Amino acid sequence: MNENRTLALIAPAFLVIGVFMVLPLCIAVVYSFMTANPYGGVSMPLTFDAYVQFLFRRDFDDSLMFSWSYVIIIIRSIYLAAATTIFCLMLGLPVAWYIVCQSLQRRRILLFFVTLPFWINTLIRTYCWVLILRDEGLANNFLKSLGIITDPLPLLYNDGSILLGLVYTFLPFMILPVYSTLERIDPRLIEVAYDLYANRYAVFRRVIWPLAKPGALVGASIVFAPALGSFLAPDLLGGGKRLLIGSLVQMQFTTSRNWPFGAALSIVVTIGVLLIFLARSRKVKEEGRP
Amino acid sequence: MRSMIDIVDVSKSFTTRAAGLVTALHAVNLTIRDNEFFTLLGPSGCGKTTLLRLIGGFEAPTTGEIRIADIDAAPLPPQKRPVNTVFQSYALFPHMTIAENVAFGLEMRRVPKAEIDHRVREALSMVRLNNYASRSPRQLSGGQQQRVALARALAPRPKVLLLDEPLSALDLKLRKEMQSELKRLQQETGITFVLVTHDQEEALAMSDRIAVMSAGNVLQVGEPRGIYDNPQSRFVADFIGESNVIPGAVLGRDPSIMIAVRPERIAVTPAVSAGQGRARGKIASVTFLGLDTLYEVALDGGSKVRSRCRDIDPPLIAGQSVVIDWPSGVERHLMD
Repeated sequence: MNENRTLALIAPAFLVIGVFMVLPLCIAVVYSFMTANPYGGVSMPLTFDAYVQFLFRRDFDDSLMFSWSYVIIIIRSIYLAAATTIFCLMLGLPVAWYIVCQSLQRRRILLFFVTLPFWINTLIRTYCWVLILRDEGLANNFLKSLGIITDPLPLLYNDGSILLGLVYTFLPFMILPVYSTLERIDPRLIEVAYDLYANRYAVFRRVIWPLAKPGALVGASIVFAPALGSFLAPDLLGGGKRLLIGSLVQMQFTTSRNWPFGAALSIVVTIGVLLIFLARSRKVKEEGRP
Repeated sequence: MRSMIDIVDVSKSFTTRAAGLVTALHAVNLTIRDNEFFTLLGPSGCGKTTLLRLIGGFEAPTTGEIRIADIDAAPLPPQKRPVNTVFQSYALFPHMTIAENVAFGLEMRRVPKAEIDHRVREALSMVRLNNYASRSPRQLSGGQQQRVALARALAPRPKVLLLDEPLSALDLKLRKEMQSELKRLQQETGITFVLVTHDQEEALAMSDRIAVMSAGNVLQVGEPRGIYDNPQSRFVADFIGESNVIPGAVLGRDPSIMIAVRPERIAVTPAVSAGQGRARGKIASVTFLGLDTLYEVALDGGSKVRSRCRDIDPPLIAGQSVVIDWPSGVERHLMD
């Protein structure tokens, strides 16, 4: 009786996790082992082809050659996602700290501004950066009108513009969790640190940062994972020239119509991210505190 | 005696949204001597904590000068002052062990590692917490956390230790223990202690000297007994211990003066004949306190006095006509 009750109570949670998380993942795993139809979709028989394609190139004589091209895309994606996370942290921490130091009323207004971009479609917001960064865009025109430059700077379609777009998109996801941990720090702790002869740098390194770290780790997780899989910023701001994993997966389901390969790529990325998180949580456990 | 802290004409005003400009301190002058246990005593909002924060360097005075060990403290931020603070909320670093908490100030002063270990152990044994070095603050009781905060502030051997209502969060028994502990620490270390409290008993029990504050002013400075026996204003008489303040007119004297007498100095006896005692009245209430009995007497002239008496036989009862008296010399004439 009691056990049945418990089961009934946790059933909704299981259902939600199952339908929204486990089921799509299972479908992706199954699709990755199937054969591609020429016009999209999948069919039998089951095969490892998608995973083979990830690491090897099939030559004309049907022999397999190891190929770096997709691995490089993944490495580049990880590098860009990591850079995004670091920039978000470097920008998010001072912004969150600034907000925490304000009066309650101003804090509410500032937090509203941080969440304001959520109300506007990401595609539109990202496209705005194209308008700002292109040769005849706001930034170049402004610099030209000041006479600093004569020819437009190549601000668009490089790793830098992709990074800018990613940092812009994901910054709020860093600010909010960091803010919530900073807000809980007792201001007396900072006064005590100053009182005990700490300078500003030591106060940050020894008191504020250790206490803000849990929030920064949450922020890093929810910035890094979606940044790794994002395709909007790379497509629009990278001009599709610099292929990233998100765009590559998206292409497999649209233009290339190779669903199993797209599924296999996303599984590889998912496993990669899971391994990173696992390593982190093990480290946290070893240290005994977050 | 050498002075440790000189406070010269220090005032402090804040601008608040609700009340506009608020003056927390009005031109305060104080000298705190080297190696003394000095207490700032007053009700909440009297400016005592503000004064402490000015000494600690957490706020800057609006006017006036603060000198610590003969050096003008104005340009010095908290980390450059030879002053450490124990906060009311203890404010232990939650992410550090007890030993790391105590070592913090020493590390910031770049004391060599071996010396740090030695001094952390010394400071922890001073507050009797040697066995807790590797615990986290969460695992300690309130009283223990308070002692860690003390050890942490004492470890760098400051010239002055500031204590902001350090005992107010402890229960009565622990508070009494910590009072004698603080007194002992002050005598052992020879460091000047400046305590802020609203508890007059605490102030009387621990201090070498007390400054009584009210509404941003220092009303009286002196040794506990001096302040208790010779309050110079009605506020001090009321705030320190219990006091009866009787208008002169009721006693048939100059109506412009007020007279203060402690309850334990007032003797109550049954009214028998005219010309007895200093004033007549009726017992309004009787409260048995154990050793003493508290009688409230409604004087015929209209004011009430409280008397703490011992061994009256037979006991007086409510409604009884009585006279009150006190030995000459124990009454104080108040200025306001």
